[in-house]
Amino acid sequence: MSVTSPQPGWWNSPLHKEEKIWITIAAVWCVFITLAMPWWHIFGTQNSSQEYYTINPDDYGTVVDKFIEQYTVGEEAGIPVVAPPAGAEIFLRGQQWMWDPILKLKKGETYRLHLSSMDVLHAMSIYPINMNFEVVPGWDYVLTLTPTTSGEFNIICNEFCGIGHHSMIGKIYVES
Amino acid sequence: MSSWNYRTCPTTGFKVHNKAETLIQFNAVTSIVFLLVGGIVGLTLALTRWQAVHLLNDEWFYRFLSLHGIAMLVAWIVFFEMAVLYFASAVILNSRLAAPWVGWLQYLLMLVGGALVAVMILTGNADVMFTSYVPLKAHHLYYLGIILFAVGAILGCVVFFATLVVAKHEKTYTGSLPLVTFGAAAAAIIAIITLSAGAIVFIPTWLWAAGIIPVMDSEVYRLLFWGFGHSSQQINVAAMVSIWYLLATLTVGAVPLNEKVCRTAFVLYILFICIASEHHLLVDPGFSAAHKTWNTGYFMHLAVLASMIHAFSVPAATEVALRKQGHTRGAFEWLKKAPWGNPGFSSLVLSVVGFGFLGGITGVIYGTEQINIIAHNNLRIPGHFHATVVAGTTMAFMGITWYMLPLMFRRQVVAPKLASLQPWLFGGGMMMFSTAMMFAGGFGVSRRSWDMNGVDGPFQVNFGPIVDLSLAVMGISGVVAALGGAIFCLLAVATLLFGKKVNA
Ligand code: HEM
Ligand SMILES: [Cu+2]
Ligand SMILES: [Cu+2]
Repeated sequence: MSVTSPQPGWWNSPLHKEEKIWITIAAVWCVFITLAMPWWHIFGTQNSSQEYYTINPDDYGTVVDKFIEQYTVGEEAGIPVVAPPAGAEIFLRGQQWMWDPILKLKKGETYRLHLSSMDVLHAMSIYPINMNFEVVPGWDYVLTLTPTTSGEFNIICNEFCGIGHHSMIGKIYVES
Repeated sequence: MSSWNYRTCPTTGFKVHNKAETLIQFNAVTSIVFLLVGGIVGLTLALTRWQAVHLLNDEWFYRFLSLHGIAMLVAWIVFFEMAVLYFASAVILNSRLAAPWVGWLQYLLMLVGGALVAVMILTGNADVMFTSYVPLKAHHLYYLGIILFAVGAILGCVVFFATLVVAKHEKTYTGSLPLVTFGAAAAAIIAIITLSAGAIVFIPTWLWAAGIIPVMDSEVYRLLFWGFGHSSQQINVAAMVSIWYLLATLTVGAVPLNEKVCRTAFVLYILFICIASEHHLLVDPGFSAAHKTWNTGYFMHLAVLASMIHAFSVPAATEVALRKQGHTRGAFEWLKKAPWGNPGFSSLVLSVVGFGFLGGITGVIYGTEQINIIAHNNLRIPGHFHATVVAGTTMAFMGITWYMLPLMFRRQVVAPKLASLQPWLFGGGMMMFSTAMMFAGGFGVSRRSWDMNGVDGPFQVNFGPIVDLSLAVMGISGVVAALGGAIFCLLAVATLLFGKKVNA
């Protein structure tokens, strides 16, 4: 009974065969999934980024403003559209409740995308490929990314950031 | 010790201390009130996420979402756990409850803290979700409420351990602790560790909200919050597993197969799960991949091992007990002849399946560094934890309530037919609900979002008919689960008010 004290000597009572088999299977499985974690990291082609720096939100804002000024090619829904050269450092800024700028990227080129927030936490969810990263004020999170499909992508804010959270939608264009 | 403050339970033969009994009653009733509130609110949330219905407006959706998280994950679960702790110490050990006045302090602090938090949320002073990630700021009384609640819960754990000491000292039992009490002790140890971590994060946050501390770093907050927040989920796991053993004993007379194995598995929970919390931070800046994989791989999977052991032990003990009752024909007669009409038994089975298969497996999958990239903060996550903490923990707590009512409140459950239907509605509905959420999450539908299509935004997003269908399934199964939850609350209250008295 689980509500009464066990028989004296319970510590030495032997395991049933089935129990031994199951515990072995479970232990091997756990070792396997634990090893799979570094395995995937080392041999997989897509990991979450390990590059990050601390940055003051105001300084980040200044950098993004400069980036926009340098590469603006137009405007959509009041948000500047920028077309940075291949291989450039590119910037995305989250703030209540918009993503700017709109990025115009080239398929097959590699970019270093900087993410940070001006106010509270946000998160970038790229639709429709459903990739998600946290966007944190005070932290510059750098993702190295190479678009492999062309088309139009949305950035959906994925972290509750206040009453306008659901309206925080941005855009990325990938041209072939 | 005079004998007037004890009674002997006619069913189980336990000696029940009246002060323990009263405290168990108060904590249990309060928890069910919170469950009712959280359930009604949860229903409105499900009917809002079902985009075709879209019941609430944006403001009330976010407000109710904050309330739902607190009322359910914090208030319902923890008040009930306090009742479980007092039961597993005083009642199971036939002991008096140590320092009942501390128990009352526990109850009052948690009640005042919980009420303060609820009032802050409902008056629009804390639209921050239960995670309250800084620098999103609530009124400082919100954080104070959380702190009071946590201190109350720590006091409950103190009373529990003091009662273990008293019982040992007064020799109310001989030999080792019964398994259920041992499991509850594991839960209480994890609770003390994690609630202390909670204090480390909530006290500075409170001072920050009150304007005393100027800045808080978002990422440090997230690390500390989940150090507390995730490990506190293991309190629920340990408490739930203890209840699995308890239910297996009460429903079919199961005896743990091997005490050593079961207890070692509980110790694995204590040792490892408290450390594994960074699967919440897998796509965050601030931590190296080596650190993340070590934390979520090694530490988490040793706790997974413990769960896998329990997931064998509980069904195996149940099978052995049923075969002993004579159901030995073939491989499955015991399963066919199991007491499926007993809501305690069906709750046990549904809880093991919901937690183990749906919740546990998805948790391990989503907690992988790479897979988390496609799961972080979309509906896959609430899908996962409605399987663990609702179809698993909540289902188990509901199951044991059918026994608490006659044992602790001395009332026979009214409408037993309805009671035997209840687990299927709630557990079945919840598993369906979780699955539908995970499905929609796979297409990138965000959690915590009032409108996935981006109305009021500069751009609109169209998810297409498959997502509409999954959200409709989510909505309908949410209604079914809510119905099961409502039946539970109503039967519990009706039993307390009108149930036939069980003779002492
Ligand atoms: C009939 C029962 C229930 C229904 C219909 C329900 C429904 C929901 C819905 C629709 C959401 C919002 C998901 C989102 O948009 O992100 C949600 C969130 C949540 N639910 Fe439930 N739920 C129920 C029971 C429970 C129970 C019993 C618990 C805990 C023990 C629970 C814990 C939570 C938590 C922690 C959240 C996340 C809140 C947040 O994101 O801040 N739910 N629930
Ligand atoms: Cu946002
Ligand atoms: Cu947001």
